Amino acid sequence: MTNHWIDIRNSDCIMIIGSNAAENHPISFKWVTAAQERGGKLISVDPRFTRTSSKADIYAPMRSGTDITFIGGMIRYILNDMQSLSPAERAQKYNMDYVANYTNAAFIINDGFEGWKDLAHPGLFVGFNGKNSEVPGNLGSYDKSKWKYSNASTPATDAAVVNDTWTQFSGLNANCVLRKLWENYEVFTPEKVEEVTGCPVEKFLEVCEEYAASGAPGKAGTIMYAMGTTQHTYGTQNIRGYAIMQLLLGNIGVAGGGINALRGTSNVQGSTDMCLLSHILPGYLSMVNHKDQSLADYISRARGGKYPTAPTGLHGDTSASWWWLSDEAQNYKKYLVSLLKAWYMDNANEANDFGFNWLPKVTSGHDYTHIGTFESIADGIIKGMMVWGQNPAVGGPDSEGERHSMDNLEWLMVADLFETETAAFWKRPDPESADETSRVDSSKIKTEVFLLPAACSYEKQGSISNSGRWAQWRYKAVDPIGEAKADLAIIDELMLKLKEKYADDNSIQAEPINNLYWDYRTSGEYAHEADPNVVAKEIHGYNVADGSLVKNFVSLQTDGSTCCGNWLYSGMFDNSDGRNKAKDRNPVDTSLNQIGLYSGWTWCWPINRRIIYNRASVDFDGQPFDSEHPVIQRSNGAWLGDVPDGGWAAINEAGFGSKYLPFIMHPEGVAHIWGPGRAEGPFPVAYEPWESPLEENLVTGVVNSDAAGKGTPGFNNPCCYVGNLEGWNKKGTPDEYPYIGMTYRVAEHWQAGQMTRNHPWLAELQPEVFAEIGPDLAADKGIDNGDKVKISTARGFVNAVAIVTNRMQRMTIGGKTVDHVGVPWHWGFMGRSSAFHSSGNILTPHVGDANTTIPEYKTFLCDITKV
Amino acid sequence: MSDIAILYDASKCTACRGCQVACKQWNDLSGDVTTNRGTYENPPDLSANTWLKIKFIEPEGELRWLFGRRSCMHCTEAACVEVCPTGALYHHELGFVAYDKSKCSGCGYCVEACPFDVPRSSSGAITGIRHANKCTLCQDRITNDQIPACVKSCPTGALKYGDRSDLLAEAKTRVSQLKETNSKANLYGENQLGGLHVLYILEDSPDVYGLPEDPKVPATATVWQNIIQPVGWGLAGFAVLGLGLNYIIAQRKIKMKSEGE
Repeated sequence: MTNHWIDIRNSDCIMIIGSNAAENHPISFKWVTAAQERGGKLISVDPRFTRTSSKADIYAPMRSGTDITFIGGMIRYILNDMQSLSPAERAQKYNMDYVANYTNAAFIINDGFEGWKDLAHPGLFVGFNGKNSEVPGNLGSYDKSKWKYSNASTPATDAAVVNDTWTQFSGLNANCVLRKLWENYEVFTPEKVEEVTGCPVEKFLEVCEEYAASGAPGKAGTIMYAMGTTQHTYGTQNIRGYAIMQLLLGNIGVAGGGINALRGTSNVQGSTDMCLLSHILPGYLSMVNHKDQSLADYISRARGGKYPTAPTGLHGDTSASWWWLSDEAQNYKKYLVSLLKAWYMDNANEANDFGFNWLPKVTSGHDYTHIGTFESIADGIIKGMMVWGQNPAVGGPDSEGERHSMDNLEWLMVADLFETETAAFWKRPDPESADETSRVDSSKIKTEVFLLPAACSYEKQGSISNSGRWAQWRYKAVDPIGEAKADLAIIDELMLKLKEKYADDNSIQAEPINNLYWDYRTSGEYAHEADPNVVAKEIHGYNVADGSLVKNFVSLQTDGSTCCGNWLYSGMFDNSDGRNKAKDRNPVDTSLNQIGLYSGWTWCWPINRRIIYNRASVDFDGQPFDSEHPVIQRSNGAWLGDVPDGGWAAINEAGFGSKYLPFIMHPEGVAHIWGPGRAEGPFPVAYEPWESPLEENLVTGVVNSDAAGKGTPGFNNPCCYVGNLEGWNKKGTPDEYPYIGMTYRVAEHWQAGQMTRNHPWLAELQPEVFAEIGPDLAADKGIDNGDKVKISTARGFVNAVAIVTNRMQRMTIGGKTVDHVGVPWHWGFMGRSSAFHSSGNILTPHVGDANTTIPEYKTFLCDITKV
Repeated sequence: MSDIAILYDASKCTACRGCQVACKQWNDLSGDVTTNRGTYENPPDLSANTWLKIKFIEPEGELRWLFGRRSCMHCTEAACVEVCPTGALYHHELGFVAYDKSKCSGCGYCVEACPFDVPRSSSGAITGIRHANKCTLCQDRITNDQIPACVKSCPTGALKYGDRSDLLAEAKTRVSQLKETNSKANLYGENQLGGLHVLYILEDSPDVYGLPEDPKVPATATVWQNIIQPVGWGLAGFAVLGLGLNYIIAQRKIKMKSEGE
């Protein structure tokens, strides 16, 4: 989240899209309800009429996977509206100072850029290479050299945009971002939106009008999204669409605004911050690549020529990203060296490059995400697997395929509260057998399985980071049951045993283990297992010489005198009194106008800034655009309110060369409407899901000509991850699988269900897997409410109970009748509430997003029959 | 002491069912083995193990999803209190219908007399002794400075607990706000049966939620409490009681059939 949970209450208009927040984030509705009570409007956009929709002022249906068209249509509406107004009227309805000065809307881009409408490459931007050996799993890739700004070091801007004197987009510089944006979305008319998404024109316009009103200075609209947005082969571009719209409406950095990712579990934010992802190190530092032979190589590649490029012509003239990227500050090096010191301590020194080469390195072009990992298991590359807090046999895409691939493992370790489907993969139901009650022949599976009993959250202490980036310390309520241990205790014991085993091994492979610093035990309760408080202190950072806490990441050094496990969390402790601020519980809201920052309640990164990009919430004089909900405010040469995104003076107050632009993480200091960093293009374009009911992309006109079963560039996302292996990714066609399948969760169950399906009170509420279908489809297939049905895709089948409901509406897409079938994915074959052939993810494909490889769980082709 | 109440605002309820689980947790009630019957709603009915359940209502042919609440309404004119021969069910000084399980004879009259079809009786697994069961308004909590478990768990403020008169005023304000966009919004429980101690803000008429527009205490229940019982346990009384209760039971059966699940 750019903002935080409580801040939702400050919103004038909340659009929940790609999320069923009432169902999956029930507590968020405390704040959604509070916003509605003070007159805020709630819009729900979803293929299903959900619990969220039931509370909405406006419900807009949308075919699963058509977010880009829906949002593109909204962007067109807003641009069209801006163009129809005189500059004076426009300034009343939209925050044009923000659009022109805090985003790259006014920037001039490279002359050689060609958009997707160019007849030479329909549906594709300039530079498409097709298949690329560097990224073998992707459908294709781009040469992005023509997506750059006109002048890389000091981009030019269009003065008519900066000064808001323009009247027509056609009158702007031909290479101006705002004009390119208009050209990109010109064809996304309300009629086109209806044709593609199934949302009726009137309903769509109602959404546009209501949401665009949040663009007025002093108003704020927020977008709450979750896996319905991300779990597509173009999930990143879905979010880019939200970001562009929010920037046009001046909604980023302000109270009640932002784009707010509702994280799927309580500590997903923490796990990404701490690098439970394959492409980063803790604190979002770049992952080490096999080409990085030294620390110097790494630093220079990680920064990759991303140097401050403050534009000309804007009110602000300086980018703050020197902080992140410059040679003089050397911050990247400070953070990495301090991380290496935390990991290798005394064994890391200047002479051995601080142990840089002990870090694991990734090989370019290989996919290390969930999908790639299971492909590697299937391929026999990965021979052993540790599974913590996951249940891929239920949660993984094409989960039958993933279960099958685990047959190749020599060993498998699962740490969990229960024997999960993953731990029991060797006695799974046999999908090939005509007898649906039979299991696979486990005598043919040689995998040795270790099941370690893990403690649950109430049985251990430590911090969790919520979606609002708050690190909150939780205490142990009860001791773990039986032999169960906290995850940290298990890792601690495992690591010490590994060090013992490798102690006499002088091979180069043993070096990272032998040189690893591992000393987390204290006394009493933690005499025989790692103390989370010691780990927390290391994450915050301290001076190696005397163990004294650093102040925050500003104190970190390049010479190895400091250690820090995650620079982003450096600041969690107060070095004056040694207090872990994640344990703070001051319930008093001291923010300006009590906008609900509660800055004394726990601690949030970075340096307790509750709303990031908050310098975009004020005008050039440092005064809030929204005086009712001021996040920060300049007063007598000081900032009041939240911790500002850089403490420099307001733009008008500062001298030439010190007028800092608000988006400090970007080299150019402004937010990206033009976003050339993504794999598939600087603007989102409509793509069809990997499995689509259509023959033609109704926006780009590209016809599905996929004979190989991999995808068609321009019909599908041209860069999506489709994998390499034969046998995976069986692709269904609409003639055989005519309906759109989608998976989701219910309030009563948690993820892959091991914790909730074993709970009698929760199993009572949602006892078995169901399939939601509309009355039209039910009538066509002779299915009555409560009937047993079989849902099948090219990859497998699920048996479920039919819920026939008006909440699933038939749509007409491009003249074709389209029905959705919805299946929750919580169930499996183990535990109290369980059944054979009940996991929704048996249906989903093993393909992923072009940038993140997140699986396309949310849209696929299926069939449904009455059993 | 002024009366207390629970206010349930259906317009704020997301049917997360935290209340339904919290009720089971606090009152130590077991979960039943259920099946999906083509709805999210479960278990199918109130029972000795289920004193509170959330209803999922999809009005026929409409794109709406309404949520309702089924539990004891804590009536002022409470049929269950009227018919209870042992005083196990009685009015607490805070106005709600309290329950002293130790006094319950398991006669089941309350089960049959309730105009909202709420109490359920069951036999103890070991003792075989029958007892009635229903929401106690968390008497053990509210008399110890705690709010009812269901209210405590509610994330959206759809459930509130407090002085009945305060909640009534708040509910009226809320209903008038809702009426600006929904003319069907209404307050239920202000005057029914002398005033309920569970007030509902509804988004549609009570019958859509399965609530009787004008609930009544069965006449025989009144006769029992006010006439027969003071006279004592005479033979004549038994005869009248038997006839009367037969009548009530028959009426309830008819009503329950028409209500369906």
